[in-house]
Amino acid sequence: MAITLQEIAFYAVAACITVFSILSVTTGKILRAATYLLFVLLGTGFIYGILGYTYLSAVQLIVYAGGIVVLYVFSILLTQSANDMKYSIRKARILSILLTCAVGAALVIFLVVTNDFALNTIPQGEELNVKEIGHALIGTGKYQFVLPFEITGVLLLACMIGAIMIARKKQ
Amino acid sequence: MELEIHVIHYLILSTVMMFCGIYGFFTRKNLLALLISAELMLNATNINFAVFNRYLFPGHLEGHFFSLFGIAIAAAETAVAIAIIINVYRSFNKILTDDISEMKG
Repeated sequence: MAITLQEIAFYAVAACITVFSILSVTTGKILRAATYLLFVLLGTGFIYGILGYTYLSAVQLIVYAGGIVVLYVFSILLTQSANDMKYSIRKARILSILLTCAVGAALVIFLVVTNDFALNTIPQGEELNVKEIGHALIGTGKYQFVLPFEITGVLLLACMIGAIMIARKKQ
Repeated sequence: MELEIHVIHYLILSTVMMFCGIYGFFTRKNLLALLISAELMLNATNINFAVFNRYLFPGHLEGHFFSLFGIAIAAAETAVAIAIIINVYRSFNKILTDDISEMKG
């Protein structure tokens, strides 16, 4: 069986995501953690693209990589927390947390591997077209999502007002 | 032509990401670093939704839209959380969880 280009892309992106997510929780500098998070988010966007969800991939890149990471970098600089990463955690505590995470991950991976998924393989390179997404987003029928769409809009408005109210300077 | 990558590979990837997030959530003490770890966990779940939708129910779109709304709600959550953190920093001039203990019971 020949190795396809898609497989190469997937495994390269998967390796990148794994390495950068480990780095982003272990690095000692918070600005670097935010940068590694950016790479993880970009990798996630590529994964969506490989799956054929190009619209979701674009949303991921715009909202996460474009919006949220910038927000993080600004707030890191605003709070000057670059120097506030110097704290010590006891060795025993780190060891116990590491053990907990390793055991949990091993358990989940064991369950995933032993579970027989009813595997429907999908045609390669077939992407979900935007017309279908648009119809599903603003339709009112079964399997259509106008109500969550509108509620998300209201939620975003509320969170925008709330964030401005909370973060503004008190007179 | 069929997709060669087995669904398990995606799930293992998202599991690794999830547990990196959990490890960070336990070990970090800086509020912003905690939020970064939470972001990792949210991403792992979003990947799972998209993968399950694509592989197990290719004719449907529920997982895709769940990921889409998940991304929107994660953005809202991050904005409010960062506003709160900036407000806390302004009031106490501290950002480590150990130093902010005014509201501890």
